[in-house]
Amino acid sequence: MTTAAATTHGTHAHHDDRGFVKKYIFSTDHKVIGIQFLFLSLFFLLVGGVLAMQIRWQLAFPGQPMPLGNLLPASMAVNGVILPEYYIQLVTMHGTFMVFFAIMLLLVGVYANFLIPLKLGAHDMAFPRINMASFWSAFVAGILMSATMFVQDGAPRAGWTMYVPLSARHDYSGASTGQELWSLSIIFFGLSSVLGSLNYITTVINNRAPGMTWFRMPLSIWSLFITAILGLLAVPVLAGAAIMLLFEQILGTHFFDTTAGGQALLWQHLFWFFGHPEVYILILPAMGMVSDIVANGSRKPIFGYHSMVFAIVGIGFLGWIVWGHHMFVSGMNPTLGSSFMVTTLLIAVPSAIKVFNWMGTMWRGNIRFHVPMLHAIGFVSMFTIGGLSGIFMAATPVDMYIHDTYFIVAHIHYVLFGGSLFAIFAGIVFWYPKMFGRMLNETAGKIHFWLTFIFYNATFFPMHIIGMAGHMRRIYDPTIYAFLRPYQPINVFISISAFLLFGTQLIFFVNFWWSMFAGKKAPLNPWEDNGLEWTLPSPAPHGNWETPPTVYRGPYEFSSPDVSEDFLPQSRKLPSDREPALTPAH
Amino acid sequence: MSATTAAAMRPPFPAEPGLDVYNKKLGMWVFLASEVMFFAALIGSYIVLRFGAPGDWARPGVVLNIKITAFNTFLLICSSVSMVKAYAAVADGDPAKMRWWLLVTIIGGACFVGIQVFEYTHLIERGFLPSGVRDGSELADMVAKGVLPAATMGLYGSTFFTMTGFHGFHVTCGVVSMLYLFLTKALPGKYTVQDYAGIEVVGLYWHFVDLVWIILFTIVYLV
Repeated sequence: MTTAAATTHGTHAHHDDRGFVKKYIFSTDHKVIGIQFLFLSLFFLLVGGVLAMQIRWQLAFPGQPMPLGNLLPASMAVNGVILPEYYIQLVTMHGTFMVFFAIMLLLVGVYANFLIPLKLGAHDMAFPRINMASFWSAFVAGILMSATMFVQDGAPRAGWTMYVPLSARHDYSGASTGQELWSLSIIFFGLSSVLGSLNYITTVINNRAPGMTWFRMPLSIWSLFITAILGLLAVPVLAGAAIMLLFEQILGTHFFDTTAGGQALLWQHLFWFFGHPEVYILILPAMGMVSDIVANGSRKPIFGYHSMVFAIVGIGFLGWIVWGHHMFVSGMNPTLGSSFMVTTLLIAVPSAIKVFNWMGTMWRGNIRFHVPMLHAIGFVSMFTIGGLSGIFMAATPVDMYIHDTYFIVAHIHYVLFGGSLFAIFAGIVFWYPKMFGRMLNETAGKIHFWLTFIFYNATFFPMHIIGMAGHMRRIYDPTIYAFLRPYQPINVFISISAFLLFGTQLIFFVNFWWSMFAGKKAPLNPWEDNGLEWTLPSPAPHGNWETPPTVYRGPYEFSSPDVSEDFLPQSRKLPSDREPALTPAH
Repeated sequence: MSATTAAAMRPPFPAEPGLDVYNKKLGMWVFLASEVMFFAALIGSYIVLRFGAPGDWARPGVVLNIKITAFNTFLLICSSVSMVKAYAAVADGDPAKMRWWLLVTIIGGACFVGIQVFEYTHLIERGFLPSGVRDGSELADMVAKGVLPAATMGLYGSTFFTMTGFHGFHVTCGVVSMLYLFLTKALPGKYTVQDYAGIEVVGLYWHFVDLVWIILFTIVYLV
């Protein structure tokens, strides 16, 4: 199918007589579900950001009334001064919202749903109704998690990792309903994740368009596929652990209760057995999207496609056998710690392969610095810093010193904000025209990128320094320690940068909503990309293709000598292309 | 299953060859993989807790009634057999026979849940709770006499009720979905030799639930 033929094909209006509710609310269309996930997760990204701002206020100006702090009830702040009980709720809920409901839903909920069928040439997911159930259970999980903020005794206080016994015993944490709702919410979240994953896996295996062989799949789809396998197998373990925690809270069981023979470390093992694959759930889709965008922006085939695929698979495998590196100081057997150290250091190999391949892709490319490309380059550079600081803490002796300090906080934000979130911005800008039929404003996008990049580094880089100095991770007031007082100006600097970083997101927010109604109409292929999704009109109709497209090549044929343009769509048939062998239609 | 009989279970459009398994069946296998991990979390925790327990575990058969549960296990295995008979009947083109065998399976599964509920009420009456042993109950007396170890009864209750409870929940889900398929698909005659995906897929789930029970019965009741 040529691009021109696709244009005329796109003008065929699909007859769509679904009512408003079936079309936009209880929709089984993977694109609508993806957009529903987008709105839900962006909302939680905002909530998580607001919580972070309060944390930063307290750390920079402990004991001083926070602006608008008077609006908070007396259980949270007195005369605008944040209370310690509220501060621990802030860090707990910031972590929970950001990890589970912002980044994970943005990467897996949004992009797996939106991109897998479009990029593979499928009509929809393999199980559209299960897909809808996946969104709505995530929605219920989100409601339950938000409700923790409003119940008596307030939100959970055990940190997003919910270490026992603090999370299990109400008399220790001072929160009861909030802690129980957290466990319940995570169980619903696990259900959502499993339903989504089984859909993605089945779709990728069985619903590819003719000619879309495994090694013609875009790297975004490869990474989402491996991510789905990780989610499928890791999240049930978290759900099992959350069920045990919930029973501990409401039925008085003794799984984690050391006074009755239970084991507190068991929770940490279960949590991190989920938690480390989770780390790769949060970064692999970002790597995949960045691979697509870097190749597009460099106008070159991705460097080392096969090694990229095997690196994704390698990271996915190694992700299962490294969880103990979160537990070096937990009292776990030190010999076991050494083996976890070795496996963790091994992950540097596939990660470095990916970074070098991105650089190899950009090397001598005819680079187009469009907004997605800027964000993608931001991802590569920031992920490299985050990856390098990861090697510090993978080494047991170093980790003993920096564990639970701001060095760790800096690291996780370099990979989750500097990594995942930059990739998410890249993805939103790149596929916005496909979602809403309009382009985001380019100038506003560039300003947003540069300000975010600057304030982001100003916020998180100094955290390495105060972390090395011993600044604890969840401390309420660092000025109570004489050895931390000299570093307080750095805390103030971090906080002001963080406020500016938060303010910068207003540009994105306005751009996002303004462009949806008043943005430039998107052309058929705005980024001159090779993906199948750009042969469809924007936004694509329900059911995507009337007849499935045929794929003749891989997704990264940029600057091919066979054609005059510098891109060669996957579905464009050249005279030398042969038709793929098909499984015939029934 | 020959290629022609399974035709209706394949997607109605051409696709790049994936696995030679239709979507619903593949989806169920993938889902079962996640279920394996879920039960692995519960069973793995049980193993870790029991090996690390601060003292002896209660001897088999003192708290739990092995005989009645052995019968229940037999019932569940039989319902797996009847599930296979239902599948074989529809694949051989005999939907009427399939309906009877499916009904037998549903009744078998429902009886299993019923007996488990009976077992639970009886245990709770005797003082066995997820939190351990109730004060002043029959089991509390046995702990006082030294028939049951005081130090591990809490863990025993926690692990027993969580593992068997979630298994029971899975059986209930299976019975409900089979009943749904029976009423909406099997009775109206929607399963034919061309399309019996629902029967095969729910069967896979049912065998999985059965298999988990065989493991649970062994490690919870017998050792």
